[in-house]
Amino acid sequence: MLAASPVLVPLITAVLAVLLHRQPRAQQAVSIAGAGLLLICALALVGDIGADGAVSVAMGSWPLPFAIELVADRLSIIMVLVTAVLGLGVLVYQLGSPEALTASDMMHPLIHGLLAAVCGTVLTADLFNLYVWFELMLITVLGLLVVHDSLRNLEAAFKYFALNLLGTLLFLAAVAMLYGATGQLNFSALGEASQRAELQGAIPVYIAMLFTAFLLKAAAFPLYFWLPASYHSLPAPLLALIGGLITKVGIYVMLRLSGEVFIDQPMVFYQALGWIAVVTMVSGVLGAAYHWDLRRILAFHIISQIGYLLLAVALATPAGGAAGLFFMVHNILAKATLFLIAGMMWRAAGHYDLRRIGGLYPARPLLALLFLVAAFSLVGVPPSSGFWGKFLLVQESFVQERYAWGGFALGVGVLTLYSMVKIWLEGFWKPHPQGQTIAMNSPGSNTAYLVVLVLAALLVAMGIYPEPLIQYANEATRVFWAGGAQ
Amino acid sequence: MTLVLLAISIVVASAVYLSLSRDLFRVVAGLTLLGAATNLIVFAAGRFASQAPPLLASVEDAPAAAASNPLVQALVLTAIVISFALLCFSLVLGARLRKATGNDDVRQLHAAEPLAGKSQKPPELED
Repeated sequence: MLAASPVLVPLITAVLAVLLHRQPRAQQAVSIAGAGLLLICALALVGDIGADGAVSVAMGSWPLPFAIELVADRLSIIMVLVTAVLGLGVLVYQLGSPEALTASDMMHPLIHGLLAAVCGTVLTADLFNLYVWFELMLITVLGLLVVHDSLRNLEAAFKYFALNLLGTLLFLAAVAMLYGATGQLNFSALGEASQRAELQGAIPVYIAMLFTAFLLKAAAFPLYFWLPASYHSLPAPLLALIGGLITKVGIYVMLRLSGEVFIDQPMVFYQALGWIAVVTMVSGVLGAAYHWDLRRILAFHIISQIGYLLLAVALATPAGGAAGLFFMVHNILAKATLFLIAGMMWRAAGHYDLRRIGGLYPARPLLALLFLVAAFSLVGVPPSSGFWGKFLLVQESFVQERYAWGGFALGVGVLTLYSMVKIWLEGFWKPHPQGQTIAMNSPGSNTAYLVVLVLAALLVAMGIYPEPLIQYANEATRVFWAGGAQ
Repeated sequence: MTLVLLAISIVVASAVYLSLSRDLFRVVAGLTLLGAATNLIVFAAGRFASQAPPLLASVEDAPAAAASNPLVQALVLTAIVISFALLCFSLVLGARLRKATGNDDVRQLHAAEPLAGKSQKPPELED
């Protein structure tokens, strides 16, 4: 049952939080306790997989492949662990902020619903169940978008809803067609059934439909327009959670499905993914260069980083998958840290727009230092965690003689540096435009500093001592694309 | 089967037509119709011809081959429930948006995104 706990714990917490909606303090306490329990469950799962590398549970004691199966293997557990760390981090971060208690009483249930949806998506080994978790993710994000119901939020939610619903429906249609062709929904049964000779003409078409839906969910190149239309309307802590997780879950599903389930796709499929990855990287980073709002800059960088992750899927080797997994862990943490720091900059300087703030370095030297750690990590300056992620990716593209893909991945790093330098110069270095000085201490931000310090320490540790995680990632993707069989 | 196919394509076509409209509620209606068409696709993934109920006698462990497929019915029921919840949410969202902006033209929705064509460099200051 331990394999199902990352889904059950947040769902139960969400229900409790709904019941406690009249007592904000109690709700907050239950919410943080639930997130803590989720982290403990994730750690217990990491300890539990041991020798055979996976624990699974079939729901309702139906025999496989009829039961809905939840599988906790190395790949899914690391995602659950990162999700739990991020969930707890965001909740603790909000402890010190005065808005947290006056915000909508539905925020905590929605956050836990989101955590349950993300954990369910990464754990499930059933295609239709995957669709259900994606829907839960959609509806909780929509709820979080309208927690503050200004016109901006409503509009952002409407655009998010309309564009993401298209992706979801495409996903459902692809699931139906795959089921109609193979008669299976369980991942391993589906993988076997899709190898049947008479299906070789139809399956790639359905897979293309399925992956188009995931590309939309992951915000890849021509399908990312929902992201810059909606993300910037969220407050920074929620943005850290949503922006850190949602798009990466789309990539995770692509990695698992193309690595484990539908392993032999035509070459053109991976080539297309690779070029989409390159264009996604470039367009994301150029979008970020144009903007001045902290949240918009960072939201566009999500798109750019999604390109790197997509590149890992396109490389289609165990080593490429391992590089992708390492990059994913690094990227979720780095991105969330940057969003949380943006929230602290907003609290100190009163604005997200870089043209209206400044002078943060003399007032908040520690915050400036933490920003540098996270920003260097995102850019990939050695020896940061981002350096190892990009190193592994570029190395694997060069090994496969995909020089153009590797070259673009390196070039985009320079443009990422440009955006980070812009935030540094405008937000921290230049004096405040109205000449006002920022008060040295702000009460109640201690928990925020604590969370950002812990996340930055994790990033530094990943950079200085990357070997264990690289080894873990290699173990996790060893059998992908039938790599173990060769 | 051909009839179902035809029905699905007609519904999808009208859904696309409505979703591309400028009227907020037509967009919602279009997306809902698209959901209905998708549900039909899910339903069509099972066996269509049979009307025999997929019931098991206590000694059997599989239904007769001619029975209708119960799994797609369960799947489509799940999908209908989810799309109904989303429909409710989107209707409330649409109503709130209409109240906040005073009209239901989706082209007027640019509070969250600066208007394209207004060539402002750098982008407008935000409040």
